[in-house]
Amino acid sequence: MTSILTYTFKNLPNTSKWALRFSVRPLSCSSQLRAAPAAQTKSKKTLAKPNIRNIVVVDGVRIPFLQSGTSYKDLMPHDLARAALSGLLHRTSVPKDVVDYIIFGTVIQEVKTSNVAREAALGAGFSDRTPAHTVTMACISANQAMTTGIGLIASGQCDVVVAGGVELMSDVPIRHSRKMRKMMLELNKAKTLGQRLSLISKFRLNFLSPELPAVAEFSTSETMGHSADRLAAAFAVSRLDQDEYALRSHSLAKKAQDEGLLSDVVPFKVPGKDTVTKDNGIRPSSLEQMAKLRPAFIKPYGTVTAANSSFLTDGASAMLIMAEEKALAMGYKPKAYLRDFVYVSQDPKDQLLLGPTYATPKVLEKAGLTMSDIDAFEFHEAFSGQILANFKAMDSDWFAQNYMGRKTKVGSPPLEKFNNWGGSLSLGHPFGATGCRLVMAAANRLRKEGGQYGLVAACAAGGQGHAMIVEAYPK
Amino acid sequence: MVASRAIGSLSRATASRMLRCPGYICRNFSASSALQTRTHINYGVNGDVAVVRINSPNSKVNTLNKELQSEFVEVMNEIWTSDQIRSAVLISSKPGCFIAGADIGMLASCKTPEEATQVSQEGQRMFEKLEKSTKPIVAAISGTCLGGGLELAISCQYRIATKDRKTVLGTPEVLLGILPGAGGTQRLPKMVGVPAAFDMMLTGRNIRADRAKKMGLVDQLVEPLGPGLKPPEERTIEYLEEVAVTFAKGLSDKKISIKRDKGLVEKLMSYAMSIPFVRQQIYKKVEEKVRKQTKGLYPAPLKIIDVVKTGIEQGNDAGYLSESKVKFFPFNLLLLDSRKSRSKILCKAKKKNTQSLPKMFSFYNASQEIEGSRVLIPAPPSVCNYGTFPHILVFHEVVLFSVFHNNMAMRWKPSKSTNMRISSLDTKDCVFSRLNDKVKKKALTSFERDSIFSNLTGQLDYQGFEKADMVIEAVFEDLSLKHRVLKEVEALIPDHCVFASNTSALPIREIAAVSKRPEKVIGMHYFSPVDKMQLLEIITTEKTSKDTTASAVAVGLKQGKVIIVVKDGPGFYTTRCLAPMMSEVLRILQEGVEPKKLDSLTTNFGFPVGAATLVDEVGVDVAKHVAEDLGKAFGERFGGGSLELLKQMVSRGFLGRKSGKGFYIYQEGVKNKNVNSDMDSILASLKVPPKSDVSSDEDIQYRLLTRFVNEAVLCLQEGILATPAEGDIGAVFGLGFPPCLGGPFRFVDLHGAQKIVDRLRKYEAAYGKQFTPCQLLIDHANSPDRKFCQ
Repeated sequence: MTSILTYTFKNLPNTSKWALRFSVRPLSCSSQLRAAPAAQTKSKKTLAKPNIRNIVVVDGVRIPFLQSGTSYKDLMPHDLARAALSGLLHRTSVPKDVVDYIIFGTVIQEVKTSNVAREAALGAGFSDRTPAHTVTMACISANQAMTTGIGLIASGQCDVVVAGGVELMSDVPIRHSRKMRKMMLELNKAKTLGQRLSLISKFRLNFLSPELPAVAEFSTSETMGHSADRLAAAFAVSRLDQDEYALRSHSLAKKAQDEGLLSDVVPFKVPGKDTVTKDNGIRPSSLEQMAKLRPAFIKPYGTVTAANSSFLTDGASAMLIMAEEKALAMGYKPKAYLRDFVYVSQDPKDQLLLGPTYATPKVLEKAGLTMSDIDAFEFHEAFSGQILANFKAMDSDWFAQNYMGRKTKVGSPPLEKFNNWGGSLSLGHPFGATGCRLVMAAANRLRKEGGQYGLVAACAAGGQGHAMIVEAYPK
Repeated sequence: MVASRAIGSLSRATASRMLRCPGYICRNFSASSALQTRTHINYGVNGDVAVVRINSPNSKVNTLNKELQSEFVEVMNEIWTSDQIRSAVLISSKPGCFIAGADIGMLASCKTPEEATQVSQEGQRMFEKLEKSTKPIVAAISGTCLGGGLELAISCQYRIATKDRKTVLGTPEVLLGILPGAGGTQRLPKMVGVPAAFDMMLTGRNIRADRAKKMGLVDQLVEPLGPGLKPPEERTIEYLEEVAVTFAKGLSDKKISIKRDKGLVEKLMSYAMSIPFVRQQIYKKVEEKVRKQTKGLYPAPLKIIDVVKTGIEQGNDAGYLSESKVKFFPFNLLLLDSRKSRSKILCKAKKKNTQSLPKMFSFYNASQEIEGSRVLIPAPPSVCNYGTFPHILVFHEVVLFSVFHNNMAMRWKPSKSTNMRISSLDTKDCVFSRLNDKVKKKALTSFERDSIFSNLTGQLDYQGFEKADMVIEAVFEDLSLKHRVLKEVEALIPDHCVFASNTSALPIREIAAVSKRPEKVIGMHYFSPVDKMQLLEIITTEKTSKDTTASAVAVGLKQGKVIIVVKDGPGFYTTRCLAPMMSEVLRILQEGVEPKKLDSLTTNFGFPVGAATLVDEVGVDVAKHVAEDLGKAFGERFGGGSLELLKQMVSRGFLGRKSGKGFYIYQEGVKNKNVNSDMDSILASLKVPPKSDVSSDEDIQYRLLTRFVNEAVLCLQEGILATPAEGDIGAVFGLGFPPCLGGPFRFVDLHGAQKIVDRLRKYEAAYGKQFTPCQLLIDHANSPDRKFCQ
């Protein structure tokens, strides 16, 4: 209680804003109001809010992220999700029947397991009484899974939620053409041989041309890499800068892997194959080697190449989220609090990948923090060019004033606190699973490096973005 | 590809941070060279690449005028002699315009053909030097690259263009009655192949960058950039320059080849073109087609064919010579005078869709200038929301047009007199299918279509009208119905809301009579089919306020229309001019001329649509309505044909195209229309004997034309029209007055008022008062020096 008092006191100048929040928040709370716990009194300042349950991450795991087409290539998405769930069960020893709800994020759906959360949960041995659903929001699907869980807990509907994400890019649904599908469906309905024959007689060879899942943004028909290249050019990010940043990501990831910092990785025994224990996309190279690559999207003069983009990845992640008092009652030592979060969206054509730029100042403002309060930044690295463009946008008053409707820039994150254990460029980016990796990386880094606040941010297809504040759980 | 990578690593090897932002370095250089006295062109040096920036002062566009040319030659000579410079980039500093064309004033000021030939030869020499340059020159094209601009670009060794909607390449010279005069006719066929070159030069069509890339007209595309640390347009030009510099370096280092990989089809095509027989066939085919479409009224396209042929068959020198020799035709001078901003005409060429005029040729008028000086005095309020009542077919298209061009929120409500549900759905379907056509042509993405379509609301009530900024009604031409709608709407709309009536003949002041706020009532007369007819006639009463007019003009301009503003009166300007001509059409038909014959007589004279067909297109019932109304207002002068003909047609259901039958029979999917044989009995019953001394083919043509012209001049005399220029614009763009004649007023100037008066007198003697020349025309006839168009 003391903490709340001091907190409100500290924030007096902002009263009006907070008053508003006070009046709104309780409405969204259920009747089971609980007293805020007294655990965080030690910290310098905390983001706990009165009458809102504190939500904690007990722990999170992921199976190694592999380049698509490697060891996971014969599996199905729910197999990966199942492995992540089993890993989480093993890591946390949480009794299966305690889990109230399971949510998974995924992007490219396997049609057979469209609710992959449910299939994976059943296969992982969770109680068949535990409901599960799947969410999708492009690269921030797992973030959406987590924040959905936060909503369930904060509103008092659940106490324990498992959130995660999965993506298997080794296998994507390639469909028959619409004409072929139509004919097949009509054939299904045809009753007589004559009807069937007349349908079949309409068959043309071009019916057989397959339909690939769209790699392009639906609204603009532009592929993401192309957009990233244009974004890099718009912010005058050079090829060398991009290659340097990619090299940094790979080197840091390699270092973190070698030092055993990537503690969220759980080994996965692939049926019929070896046990996978490590991410396999980390390949620190040299600038000279990278300079040799041709541009992958805007040919022949673009700057985005295979080396400075995130690669197609298979992987899954899962984390255990609880109401703080529940975690404490069960005897857990949580890793972090999940605090304020925002979703933003903007022009899907020219600002497709600027989500972090828009989300960062918004979430900081919401939490009453500034860039300097953040000890660990974990941003999703879709492309080097995208990260560097975001840095420049965040550091530009002109951009803030003309495009974001803000008075001043928020400032770019200091590089020494930024993605210190590698990022999506090097560790890999299974679309649906990256969100949980980012949060766990922030939480683990805060524990290891001793900071209090972490900022997670990501961009997503559709011109959307997300940011969340992660607060270290006091030791 | 290999080369570009190598360049990449090269610049990295030299690795100082400064070198990686070439833009900044050359900025510094150009700043210093800008201190020199050149006004149109300056250049900076980036490494061993000279970046030549074209930026004509005090103008939105760059045009190739004398000063620019001489500065350009000067700059290029410096570049060619410099040891430090190994390649060059040409770029415009103006977003949205590379070079909009040659300065037409420069050509128009040539007094003699020899002078014109000299101008042309200067251009040819300059571009030939560019073409033969040993130091590679890269044209970095962003925005309009037309006429002389394109000729400049194709003389360079390499072209890079921004892939945006503003960037278009083309040779619109033919539309002005001239031809590409600086080597374009010789280079273009070599670059894109003879058929494509003919297509470009004969239609004057604009080619978007992506299409130009496919044709081989440009070598590389640069994607437009979004916002970065600068406004998107600014940064895109910078980026274009950076890319162009990379390519210029690559070319001078011989790491990039200027040879283009040709596709199989292209290879076959160029092989076929190497056979003289095939070439001859192509010339013949093209010439036939042109003759058919122009009916010999326009000389420029035939000359273009001739010059291209000379170049290919007899070599470049002969081609150049013939290109420089044929430069002017009487008609182009006629078109070119009195236009203040020449380049604007060229720029506008891009915007205006000219399908309403003979497909290949038309002329462009800067009607915006007229509006700019005369009407737009107060800043128009932002019109963002408007309601409409579709009733007639026209309105589907008004709705479509508005939604498409303005991205304005629109809602519409069918009037109660129609079957409401069907009408509402029809409009929505019609708009959707039109948008969908654009998707099929890849002018829009399906996503853009959907988001444009979401601006439309169809409804059966007045919900939302309380927020409308403008209401355009298009209910049937019935005064009491219009009054009812006006009253119903005025009860709801906010004070600032403009009420516009789409009518072709009802006087606006009568419509406004029941209005609480007549200053907010205005007429907006659209022409059918709305998406093809460019004209919008705005009608003001003495009570209409200036800002109301400004709003209507602003909406019209946003719809991409060519606008004239006229005073209120029966039939306003356009309908009033058309009505006497229509009356004469009926008379001629009554005299026993076949509809097909009449159509061919009128089209041969330069009308885009035959007179009988025109009645069918307009709608026989509408024509009858108008004829009755105007007949009442103007009496004898609108006499001639018998109204009974139209009445009988209406009673038998021959309403023209919309009912499937009129003078012709219209069937879905049938291309050749047949004469409606049921008309014979009607025509027979109303037959009048032709008067032999005024019934020759030429007389028939002139009977139609002189009545039109006489009425137009009368409109000017009575102050319905403010200027003759607006009269010409209205007649050509709204009524299809033969573009080759330049409009009724230019026609009087060209043909001589006296001759027209003489003809009118002759017809007057035969038919009576409807041919009596008006006073102003007689005044002009009496003083031959007086001209309508200075």
